[in-house]
Amino acid sequence: MLSFLLRRIGMIIPTFFGVTIVAFFFIRAIPGDPVLLMAGERGMSEERYNQLMNQFGFDRPLWEQYMSYIGGVLQGDLGQSFVTKKPIWDEFFALFPATLELGLCAIIIAALIGIPAGMIAGIKRGSIFDYSIMSTALIGYSMPIFWWALLLIIVFSTTLGWTPVSGRISLLYYFEPHTGFMLIDSWLSGEKGAFSSAVHHLVLPTIVLATIPLAIIARQTRSAMLEVLGEDYIRTARAKGLKPARINGVHALRNALIPVITTIGLQVGVLLGGAILTETIFAWPGIGKWMVDSISRRDYQAVQGGVLMIAMMVMLVNLIVDVLYGLVNPKIRNT
Amino acid sequence: MAHSNSSANSPAIDLTDENVQALTRPHPLKEFWYYFSENRGAVIGFYFFLAIVIIALLAGIIAPHSPIEQYREHILQPPVWADGGSWQFILGTDQVGRDMLSRLIYGARYSLFIGLFVVTVAMFAGILIGLIAGYFGKWIEMVIMRVMDIILAFPSLLLALVLVAILGPSLINAMIAIAIVLQPHFVRLTRAAVLTEREKDYVVSARMVGATSLRLMFITILPNCMAPLIVQAALSFSTAILDAAALGFLGQGAQPPTPEWGTMLAEAREFISRAWWVVTFPGLAILLTVLAINLMGDGLRDALDPKLKRS
Repeated sequence: MLSFLLRRIGMIIPTFFGVTIVAFFFIRAIPGDPVLLMAGERGMSEERYNQLMNQFGFDRPLWEQYMSYIGGVLQGDLGQSFVTKKPIWDEFFALFPATLELGLCAIIIAALIGIPAGMIAGIKRGSIFDYSIMSTALIGYSMPIFWWALLLIIVFSTTLGWTPVSGRISLLYYFEPHTGFMLIDSWLSGEKGAFSSAVHHLVLPTIVLATIPLAIIARQTRSAMLEVLGEDYIRTARAKGLKPARINGVHALRNALIPVITTIGLQVGVLLGGAILTETIFAWPGIGKWMVDSISRRDYQAVQGGVLMIAMMVMLVNLIVDVLYGLVNPKIRNT
Repeated sequence: MAHSNSSANSPAIDLTDENVQALTRPHPLKEFWYYFSENRGAVIGFYFFLAIVIIALLAGIIAPHSPIEQYREHILQPPVWADGGSWQFILGTDQVGRDMLSRLIYGARYSLFIGLFVVTVAMFAGILIGLIAGYFGKWIEMVIMRVMDIILAFPSLLLALVLVAILGPSLINAMIAIAIVLQPHFVRLTRAAVLTEREKDYVVSARMVGATSLRLMFITILPNCMAPLIVQAALSFSTAILDAAALGFLGQGAQPPTPEWGTMLAEAREFISRAWWVVTFPGLAILLTVLAINLMGDGLRDALDPKLKRS
């Protein structure tokens, strides 16, 4: 197991450096001079320009720049935002809990609905349940989620007035953040109505972000169930006279869940991509919106840092999923 | 005697054209259609997709108005069945008085072109790189596959956004960015297929006879790896349309006044509470197109790739 773990971590190291190279060259590939971009419309004196070039190290050879960049990255220094002048690292972690809260809620909803739906479709294969669940899943899978968000806003916010359209909580409430998770913080604050306001703000973004993972999980669960239900040990369990509920719920589901859990782990990239659109539409102050805003205000230092951090997250989660998969499935471990 | 006996016992074989046809394997296309049409959804998807293609090709004839002409006296007019609608603008008009239906019809051209362009570029590049990785192996393979890992470490929409930030926001740059983001999937599939084919007898014997590397790669091995690639192409087609629309929606894809569906949604967003039709129809067009392609993709998988078949 240890050698599997080390081998897997060894594989991630070149990818890590590759990702830093992509992030490093990103800022240099942007057309235009980064220092002039920073100055904006006002421009600057030649003296100040040279000073800044020197300060950011743009006048040194490329490999030297990269070495100092990677040295910074390894110590958690991602540079400063061109716009707010704050360290990117701090900005990222100030916004990250919002994205994490939304992403966790979405993936929980997706799994809680997707797995049972996929199970039913698999067990009742060819029935009306199977047909309608799979059709719905295919529609969800094909959904342009930015449009789906706008539709939900039309129905639930502008027409019915049930849910707010932006932000994480009503401006009426203010309390010290403890965890960064609005649900927990608002609960802890004890202010009347704060928790309910947080929930109301969370509902639509969660539904939107959960849509595609839900569809993928349902489809994956169905095909995993179908595969498992054809196995010999299921036939044995049937022959023993076990109740169908026990066969489906225990013997089949447990084995079918292995690929499903891998699928859930792999949704982290889908979620972070979806967060870009969802957060932009619902003005959700997280990483996705921050990336879009940073691109549009040309804060390329922030884009560079954010892209790097997001890629790291994806790699880390994929690594964890792989290792967990190796834990439950010795065949993978030994190849 | 033996030979006279056999001819007496077995019935004479009637070699008319009709019978030969019944005995030999059907034409591959016919066989493909047989399996494809087993999946009813796939057939519906196929006809719907065909309809969109025809609409896109004939946009100039079908569309009642120009997609960019502004009828300033008919701003935000509702569709014909709603109060205040008229047959002049069947699906209503947008915020500057352009005909929604005509814009949607012309938009089909953009979406199909995006899908076609992205899939062609991603597939050709991906197959070429994948063949090289799988065929040559060793360090070449290692380097290529690590580079693909790096591309796949980024969420695709984010990477596309970043590439567009470098290249500048426009439809063609968005398409290039999406093609770059999607090609690793083709590389991985091709390489995996080549690895399983490479050691098979027919490849070894072709090499023995002296086939060159190029011939082995493209003529001997590649045709036997096509099934999963075609399925992936269908999937990528729909992903490309969705991602391009998302980029357009974020203002980083096609620029106004291009009647691209995602860009139309972005422009219409602020009128969401006043005019539901400017928001509803472009998104519906995206959803139905993508749905049709995904339905087809499922059918293609069933027909071409028995291993992936949903049993």
